Amino acid sequence: MSLLVDAASIAAILAGLVFFAAGTAGLLRFPDASSRLHALTKADHLGLGLIVLGLLPRADAVGGAPRLVAVWLLVLVSSAAAGPLLARLARRR
Amino acid sequence: MIADGLIAAAILVVAMATVAARGAFTAVALFIAYGLLLSFAWVRLGAPDIALTEAAIGAGLSGALLLGAAARAGRAAERPPGRAMTAAIALGCTGVTVALAAAILLLPDPAPSLAPQVAANMATTGLGNPVAAVLMAFRGLDTLLESAVLVLAVIAAWSLAPDEAWGGPSGVAQPMSRDGPLALLARLLPPLGILAAVHILWIGKDAPGGKFQAAAILAAMWMLAWMAGRVAPPQVSARWLRVVVAAGPALFIAIGMLGWLTEGAFLAYPPGLALPIIMVVEVALTASIAVALALLVMGPPGRRA
Amino acid sequence: MTATLYGLLGAALTGIGLFGLLARPERLLRLLAFNLLGGGIFLVFGAVARRGAGAGFAGDPVPQAIILTGIVVAFAATTLAVALLLRIASDDESDKP
Repeated sequence: MSLLVDAASIAAILAGLVFFAAGTAGLLRFPDASSRLHALTKADHLGLGLIVLGLLPRADAVGGAPRLVAVWLLVLVSSAAAGPLLARLARRR
Repeated sequence: MIADGLIAAAILVVAMATVAARGAFTAVALFIAYGLLLSFAWVRLGAPDIALTEAAIGAGLSGALLLGAAARAGRAAERPPGRAMTAAIALGCTGVTVALAAAILLLPDPAPSLAPQVAANMATTGLGNPVAAVLMAFRGLDTLLESAVLVLAVIAAWSLAPDEAWGGPSGVAQPMSRDGPLALLARLLPPLGILAAVHILWIGKDAPGGKFQAAAILAAMWMLAWMAGRVAPPQVSARWLRVVVAAGPALFIAIGMLGWLTEGAFLAYPPGLALPIIMVVEVALTASIAVALALLVMGPPGRRA
Repeated sequence: MTATLYGLLGAALTGIGLFGLLARPERLLRLLAFNLLGGGIFLVFGAVARRGAGAGFAGDPVPQAIILTGIVVAFAATTLAVALLLRIASDDESDKP
């Protein structure tokens, strides 16, 4: 049972890393700021969500799991707010 | 072990990229990344309090400060040193690195440590976090002087305001954003941030945390509302501002004097009352440090157009 | 082993920071290099703290408390340096004919 949970956790973390790599590839290869922002925010959200999912079984019982989810939600909120700000700035340039 | 090697390699690469960067903005972005990676290093070194402080103050507040500076700093005033000079500097720095590395490799084994003494005497303070016990009880004078340094830094930063702007609102003028992403963040995050800060301050007595990290979060929340234009920047001449900045260190000094009168040594705590006194001082210091940090990052009053 | 690795990293960062401080003429980059130098010294302290682990703690708390104080003081110095930098820059601007 714990072997299965460990395997699922590692698989989720690896999948999250794949999404982060994809987002970084988009950052480096896409032509303009808006598409780069798009790649970065979407892929990073999903990547972070998968990593958090993978870490949930390993977290402390009481405090750890809600904190991990709260971290993910806060990153979601702040990059959702930062994306349009950056895009507005890029469009003005 | 592999993780440590990768983290160390990443920090080294980012540091070299920062020093070699072309533009100010690139260098600051790399510096923020360096600060966050350094927090990893602190966790691996078994110092979670330092990791929190590095992430909050070293990467977070420093990053905000330096990004603002990168946008407004001028060109270099001097020419870069020539090739021969650069080579000589590089040689000298390599020498310093080698000397320090030799010192690290020649450290005495078994390592001397004060951990047993701290563990033996921690019970008298009532704290469960050894770093907090050292900061507030065993090396309380250092913390007192550190909070005084922050007050002095605020005074020094204010003294750099141009004469015609003295006494005015702190920092450069921020346009008010009514709605939009920044206003959303400024409405949503401060309540959560204040909650997180109070939590970190309170558990700092038994677990990693403490007043510096809490003060950094509080300062960041105030700065968020400030930068979104939702709160008016405080006037440098406002009395409440100056009282709050000075109140924490002043209380700490007063308690130290009381310790001198009752126990015979400056900053000695009466037995049994150590924990309540420490927590009261911590709360007062958190407020002072938070206001001081925000004032330092937002800067002295600037020229108004 | 971990402590030695990070101690050596601290030594390397000190060298890199010192080089940036002396060799780059841009003021802001000098400030960043100064912070790198400080971070390297703190890592050396941290390595010493880690080696002093004992009595149930993961590291000797006294150097750790000193590093914490050092980070805050270094930040205060950085803010003062930035204020100086910006004042110099704005004075340069207003001095231009």
